[in-house]
Amino acid sequence: MSTVAATAHAVHAHHDDRSFVRKYVFSTDHKIIGIQFLFLSLFSLLVGGVLAMQIRWQEGFPGQPMPGGKLLPETMASGGVLLPEYYIELVTMHGTFMVFFAIMLLLVGVYANFLIPLKLGAHDMAFPRINMASFWSAFVAGILMFASMFVPEGAARAGWTMYTPLSARHDLSGSSLGQELWSISIIFFGLSSVLGSLNYISTVINNRAPGMTWFRMPLSVWALFITAILGLLAVPVLAGAAIMLLFEQILGTHFFDPGAGGQALLWQHLFWFFGHPEVYILILPAMGMVSDLVANGSRKPIFGYHSMVFAICGIAFLGWIVWGHHMFVSGMNPTLGSTFMVSTLLIAVPSAIKVFNWMGTMWRGNIQFHTPMLNAIGFVAMFTIGGLSGIFMAATPLDMFIHDTYFIVAHLHYVLFGGSLFAIFGAIPYWYPKMFGRLMSDRWGKVHFYLTFLFYNLTFFPMHITGMAGHMRRIYDPTVYDFLKPYQPMNEFISISAFLLFATQIIFFVNFWWSLFKGEKAPLNPWHDNGLEWTLPSPAPHGNWETPPTVYRGPYEFSAPGVSEDYLPQNRKLPTDREPALAPAHGD
Amino acid sequence: MTHAMASAMRPPFPAERGVDVYNKKLGMWVFLASEVMFFAALIGSYVILRFGAPGEWARPGIVLNIKITAFNTFLLICSSVSMVKAYAAISDGDPRKMRFWLLMTIIGGAMFVGIQVYEYFHLVEHGFTPAGVREGSELAELVKDGTLPAATMGLYGSTFFTMTGFHGFHVTCGVISMAYLYFVKALPGKITPQDYAGIEVVGLYWHFVDLVWIILFTIVYLI
Repeated sequence: MSTVAATAHAVHAHHDDRSFVRKYVFSTDHKIIGIQFLFLSLFSLLVGGVLAMQIRWQEGFPGQPMPGGKLLPETMASGGVLLPEYYIELVTMHGTFMVFFAIMLLLVGVYANFLIPLKLGAHDMAFPRINMASFWSAFVAGILMFASMFVPEGAARAGWTMYTPLSARHDLSGSSLGQELWSISIIFFGLSSVLGSLNYISTVINNRAPGMTWFRMPLSVWALFITAILGLLAVPVLAGAAIMLLFEQILGTHFFDPGAGGQALLWQHLFWFFGHPEVYILILPAMGMVSDLVANGSRKPIFGYHSMVFAICGIAFLGWIVWGHHMFVSGMNPTLGSTFMVSTLLIAVPSAIKVFNWMGTMWRGNIQFHTPMLNAIGFVAMFTIGGLSGIFMAATPLDMFIHDTYFIVAHLHYVLFGGSLFAIFGAIPYWYPKMFGRLMSDRWGKVHFYLTFLFYNLTFFPMHITGMAGHMRRIYDPTVYDFLKPYQPMNEFISISAFLLFATQIIFFVNFWWSLFKGEKAPLNPWHDNGLEWTLPSPAPHGNWETPPTVYRGPYEFSAPGVSEDYLPQNRKLPTDREPALAPAHGD
Repeated sequence: MTHAMASAMRPPFPAERGVDVYNKKLGMWVFLASEVMFFAALIGSYVILRFGAPGEWARPGIVLNIKITAFNTFLLICSSVSMVKAYAAISDGDPRKMRFWLLMTIIGGAMFVGIQVYEYFHLVEHGFTPAGVREGSELAELVKDGTLPAATMGLYGSTFFTMTGFHGFHVTCGVISMAYLYFVKALPGKITPQDYAGIEVVGLYWHFVDLVWIILFTIVYLI
């Protein structure tokens, strides 16, 4: 294994003579793969958003023809009025696209790929070709899922959680090929996720630059590392469940078929055994990146670095033993229910530690109100609201009442949109210079943030109220219930806010594309950050470093005494710093 | 040196190493952790369905042929032994012996898959399918006369074919990667006493697949 080392110096890291296809299409470079994931996930975000707009039209203005609805085929809308079958497809595909292909890929696909090697001072991932396979299987999964919306009988119709027997039996859902494509797509997605996760884990464990000890890693890398462990262990369970579901659909097996001795609840257990770690897959990387942004934007060391790390680990561990709280109304032994309730409530502790640490970091900081920082502050505020409403539904008696209502919809959008997506809106302009060599417009970034923050709250906060009033989620037409009729004006208000929220995202998309070609050329370190990635040119070259950087300190040394600037890069050697002692290398 | 090789060989970056193993081996251990979870989902579902089933489960040995599968199990365990022999041979500096034992392992694995495919055809022919017992088949008679419990045969078929099928898929993947190792790496002499990571990493996978089978054989065929 050591003979590899001798010949390999001939392959110069920066001598880039790869063909176009190897460079940009079937690339093994972690940065290109990250950018490929970025385009795939932003496309999914757009698809999910368009689906959400149609949902909001139907909820706000049931029975009225949707503008542009006449363009839809008769199987989806009749005379522009959305059909119930199409409505449930909208709900299903909105959830699927947003959870799996937008948020999860944005956080784990884009930023784990892009940041882990750059922040750790590595050449690339531990297994670049496996990394490429990870992107392309996600791509296949995305294509299949997208295609499933255009097959005869329409897309999957059982909600993104695919509860059986509705999802398993075509005679119940009325959709066949769409349902099957959903299962196949998720199997490919699971493969992609496992391949990605094993790469992230191996890279973090074994490919850190000299001096980058465990507790000098940025919190973003810590969070992505723990997330990768969750993904590695949780997603195979979903893949196994999706395989059983697919066999149920095409081979006629009986896993989830109570008529033949199977158990419909088995699906729920398998799904949520995956699904709850998944919830933390969707928020932990956001928390990690926000920690980086908040420290940078406050020009202060992060408050309680170690407690942040242990809080991440604590949340990840507790995430494994709480899945039953999604199933309080599915029927379970009350003792078991209480156990799930207590373990769920416990998660509030590490989450609160993180929130207070972010506030402690900002306290008396020299806060820079640039776009990434604004979005990070938005994250902290919105995650707090989402976290508090989470405590409501952790309590079994209360959850019995609010289960399957818009209260849940409000909660999950507060953590997924208000949480994860705000973190992403902060992370994209923050690392954009390292990706594309240009800066995004900060002015339009701020406009986008303020408008998004406003319309987002106007959209999702009233859902708490309609939810408390009993508005069930996924219902086609709320006005058929007398007790919901008084809330219809509020539904209209939510819908109009949602349309404005969607329109606001045009600012982001235009800013993104315009800056790609016309944006201001980025300097080496536009945010005056300490991370290793900022020692590289913008955009970062293939192979990253010619000589590996050496790390002398943690990533949050802002406003350090005795230093002329207010930041102190991790690789700058002060006279008092000692060279790190390394164990002898093994080669790959 | 081909381009693909060149990109795989990166300069010896000095690095902080969290564990004292090389990356490929670490990656395989991490991958096997996810495989454990995958099989745990399938086997866990089987356990839950079997113990929650409405009525008796079919007694062992009526539908499935234990003898032939016991032989198959023996074959797979032997192929694990020959994999260890290949590993020991190359670490002792004997590539010729390594090639022999690797070939033995491939043959063992391929025979296992072959016998499993034969078993599947045989079972389907007699009326045992993933959807349960086929109407009008030989096994349907046994269900009718009460030798086999009607209520749980559907679950039996579903779990049997899913678990053993995915195990068979893993064995097939193992045989393909060993064949790749043999023809592309071992025969041209690219596996040397200095660099035999491929043997060790594929060996780890092979032992895992073997271990899963021992569990499956016990819980599906014997009890």
